[in-house]
Amino acid sequence: MTLADPRLAASTHGPFTPSVFHVVGRAQEAPDVVTLALESAEGRPLPFKPGQFNMLTAFGVGEVPISISSRPGHGPLMHTIREVGAVTRALCRAALGSPLGVRGPFGTDWGLDDFAQSDAVVVAGGIGLAPLRGAVQALLDRAGLPMGPRRVVVLVGARTPDQLIFKRDLEDWSRRGQVAVTVDMAEEGWEGNVGVVTHLVDQAAFDPNRAMALVCGPEVMMRFAIQALIERGVLPTSIRLRVSLERNMQCGTGLCGHCQLGPYILCKSGPVVTYPQASRLLTEAEL
Amino acid sequence: MSPSTASELGAHPLFASLSPSALERISTFTSHVAFQPGDIILSEGGTAEVFYLLRRGKVALSAHAPGKGHLLVQTLGPGETLGLSWLFPPFLWQFDARAVELVEALAIDGPGLRDKLEGDPGLGYELLKRFTPVVLERLQQTRLRLLDLYGDRARADGHGLGQP
Ligand SMILES: Cc1cc2nc3c(=O)[nH]c(=O)nc-3n(C[C@H](O)[C@H](O)[C@H](O)COP(=O)(O)OP(=O)(O)OC[C@H]3O[C@@H](n4cnc5c(N)ncnc54)[C@H](O)[C@@H]3O)c2cc1C
Repeated sequence: MTLADPRLAASTHGPFTPSVFHVVGRAQEAPDVVTLALESAEGRPLPFKPGQFNMLTAFGVGEVPISISSRPGHGPLMHTIREVGAVTRALCRAALGSPLGVRGPFGTDWGLDDFAQSDAVVVAGGIGLAPLRGAVQALLDRAGLPMGPRRVVVLVGARTPDQLIFKRDLEDWSRRGQVAVTVDMAEEGWEGNVGVVTHLVDQAAFDPNRAMALVCGPEVMMRFAIQALIERGVLPTSIRLRVSLERNMQCGTGLCGHCQLGPYILCKSGPVVTYPQASRLLTEAEL
Repeated sequence: MSPSTASELGAHPLFASLSPSALERISTFTSHVAFQPGDIILSEGGTAEVFYLLRRGKVALSAHAPGKGHLLVQTLGPGETLGLSWLFPPFLWQFDARAVELVEALAIDGPGLRDKLEGDPGLGYELLKRFTPVVLERLQQTRLRLLDLYGDRARADGHGLGQP
């Protein structure tokens, strides 16, 4: 490992010691989901690529892997967190100004350089939109440029309208690309779609031969979304997804083996993998 | 019977690649309709005497849930079929349907077409082959929604909160 290794960029202490960041912004995205904006106490920005994750420490409680939900080089580092247990609860309740530990960035990214002249199709379910947010922003910025996609299609599913995250972003993106949102159920007054996210895949306007798809959400949602993409004619090798497989990630550097699945160390081979890689991982998981 | 109505029917996914003579037979029962945003197209419990091939706009299906008002259960858009109850007894609508946007559709007279199909089993079988996948797709979508597709249902239902 050299000093040029991005894992060391935000830390003077090595990859296992968290750097201190302060909460400089908070946004309640949904009843149990909060976005935190973080700034380094040492004034060191953290270089990363969309799709990567950090290990976040709530001091005195614990450390968990959380994807980065902001775009590289634009403002503070952001993480969007759903409260599910002790650590995520402490993170979601972190007040403005409070310190958190950050180690990272770790893992593979969405590989946006491969999207030149493609139809970028982003499919997200629930909190799965968080690791895709920076990717969507970067893709929209590059859309129409020689190294960017021809078009950007964003398909988002949530259980109810109040569980939808990044509502303001979705509005902004719909002015710059094709955005469709669906919920499982809504009260009258909701003007969006009601139905499953796979249905949006069937209806969206894109050329399957040129499509490069990014998928993130709970496993069951990803499985059916990928099936719908493949039925539309998208090549399995053109589908990337973020797997977490509920594996317990601890070191983030591939050393401790906590997230090992068969021959794979998820924090290094993942979290972003192609669909053929993922199906191997899922097969391993069933063994 | 207008040839243009037959070709419009053939342009809708439900009837794609149906023979020209079959399209002409169905077109006798077809009229063009439009609904303004907010218009009620079907009412729960009403007699199901028609079905619509949507060509433009969005329709919301809803059901009344006591104490919760009207809950939207599905939206349908261009290329989709609104109304399946005309084909099966007791021929009553199961949901309300309201136009969310300006809706343009081909409306097909259900009882008229049903009578026709009784005496024309070839066409009847052809139509059943086209309606069955629509019913199956709706069933599969409903099943998907029973799964915890977005990973938050257990929490929202008040259990599975993880460790305290
Ligand atoms: C690479 C990666 C990126 C992630 N990015 C995000 C993110 O951007 N935002 C976010 O809110 N969460 C994200 N997670 C999930 C997050 O790490 C877990 O929710 C967290 O570790 C739970 O810790 P806890 O102490 O709060 O709860 P615990 O008490 O450890 O767990 C509470 C419940 O959450 C479930 N759980 C634990 N870990 C996971 C997991 N990895 N995936 C799904 N369910 C899990 C447990 O089975 C349990 O039911 C990510 C996980 C990984 C591996």
